[in-house]
Amino acid sequence: MSPDLVVRSAFIVYVLGFLLTMATIFTWVERKQSAVMSDRIGANRAYLRLPFTQIRIVAWGLFHGVADGLKMIFKENFTPAVYDRVGWLLAPWLASVPVLLVFAVVPFGGTVQPGHLFAPDGAAAAFFGDRAYAMRIADLDAGLLFVLAISGIGILGTMLAGWSSNNKFSMLGAARAASQMISYELAMGLALIAMVITCGSLDLDAIVQWQREPLAGPLPSWGLFVQPVAFLLFLTASIAENKRVPFDLPECESELVSGYFTEYGAMKMGLFLLSEFIEIVVIAALVVTLFLGGYAVPWLGPDGFALPGGGTWHVSHGTVVLLQMLAFTGKVFVVGAFQILVRWTLPRFRYDQLMTLGWKILLPIAAVNLVITVVVRWWFG
Amino acid sequence: MSGRAPRKKYWNEPRLGAWERSYLPEILRGLKITGGVFLSNMWKWVTFRKGALTAYYPEEVRADYSPNNRGRHVLTQRPDGAVQCVACNMCATVCPAYCIEIEAAADFDDTVHPKSPVRFEIDYSRCIFCGYCVEACPEDAIRMVKDTPDLPSFERDRLWAPIDLLKNWRPTKDPRKPYPPTGGAR
Repeated sequence: MSPDLVVRSAFIVYVLGFLLTMATIFTWVERKQSAVMSDRIGANRAYLRLPFTQIRIVAWGLFHGVADGLKMIFKENFTPAVYDRVGWLLAPWLASVPVLLVFAVVPFGGTVQPGHLFAPDGAAAAFFGDRAYAMRIADLDAGLLFVLAISGIGILGTMLAGWSSNNKFSMLGAARAASQMISYELAMGLALIAMVITCGSLDLDAIVQWQREPLAGPLPSWGLFVQPVAFLLFLTASIAENKRVPFDLPECESELVSGYFTEYGAMKMGLFLLSEFIEIVVIAALVVTLFLGGYAVPWLGPDGFALPGGGTWHVSHGTVVLLQMLAFTGKVFVVGAFQILVRWTLPRFRYDQLMTLGWKILLPIAAVNLVITVVVRWWFG
Repeated sequence: MSGRAPRKKYWNEPRLGAWERSYLPEILRGLKITGGVFLSNMWKWVTFRKGALTAYYPEEVRADYSPNNRGRHVLTQRPDGAVQCVACNMCATVCPAYCIEIEAAADFDDTVHPKSPVRFEIDYSRCIFCGYCVEACPEDAIRMVKDTPDLPSFERDRLWAPIDLLKNWRPTKDPRKPYPPTGGAR
């Protein structure tokens, strides 16, 4: 077994665990946050009972996500009377797997040297040597292209689900999803191109490194400060791509029952719902990576903190890695909570308003932003 | 859009200025409101207070109804236990839900109150608890007290409250409206 294999496998396990855990936590956060926002209490009934005792662990309703998952797994797989079997079975996977795949190129931590995490004369240190790994699954130079390409596949699952269900509501939802996706991917792509031109790289890790440079005073040159318009456009477009309120026209519970997954039940519906929550995490991760400095902790270099006053504070390699991973997780959590805040604040767009926003407002703004970025970049080098 | 009538203009048609039309500031205002509610409630929760208006149902008992609550009906009684009702049918007439049925009987030996109900029934499947019957009654014979009738039932026929029930379900004391009424028989 080569060290590469071990490290990559660990990364893959970590990323899958991170995504699924965060998605499950966000189902809970969504319930609790919306409850607190509207003066309610929220989910608080599911509990784990310690065996042989009457001690019940409620943990503020954290187990509701687990209970939901269990319920969905054990429910009957109910199918429509007439449906396209292949497409129907394929659709939930086609909707959820690309969302997971996108994360392959997102750096969730800085560079790790596994050999330096262990005692210097141990067998593990000798096994790993001085190898350094950027903490992401795939070291892809064109990471951002991969993100755009793969996240575009998710819509196929949505359309397939709507079409194969043989249901008018589903079909309407799928058609809406498709048109919505097209109108927002353009603005999203243009916003990202502006960011790419600013940073000069498609590599997500390079973009994070670029954002570490100080902009003015203590302010790091985060994408949020360098490209605020692109940040807003990307956030809007990615919430629209996630098909959540205020852009939940494909689901549209009040008019289309459940939109494209009306006919789905049990864990197949669960996959659609889970992929929605995974996508919250993925969007948050992308926003953090592209616009909020990624995993970077202020003043934290590979050897420790270099404080602005000139002082340094040396911390061990393991601590640096851990801090960066925690910083990434924390930022992702904050951005995800912000998405949930948006979801529980804004009302849904009407269909023509959505198209107007996509084509007549966001797209021109993105184009103008891109032109300005190019001119500024060309003028000032 | 030919053949479509122009949209009706209302006198209070909202007028959006450039600020509202630019959409973003208003979104931020909305987010500020909901986020502010979230933060203030969350601050209550983390300082071990309750940050919600809802109750934990079985564990937490709600505050009692107001003493003015129009709950179930009672028929007031004279000291001898007979209802004060004179079966004038005014409550049944005023009742907007037509849920009161009174059947009168005459007893001409009782010269003060020759008329009294033998049947006085309220259909709680239709009663809207408006309190008009209480206002209409010239004899103060029907009142509404704080607590609610035992309403839940699987059968509509069980929702009829007969006269015995209206007499005997023992309303709680209300100091402003003494019960049974002081002053005795008229």
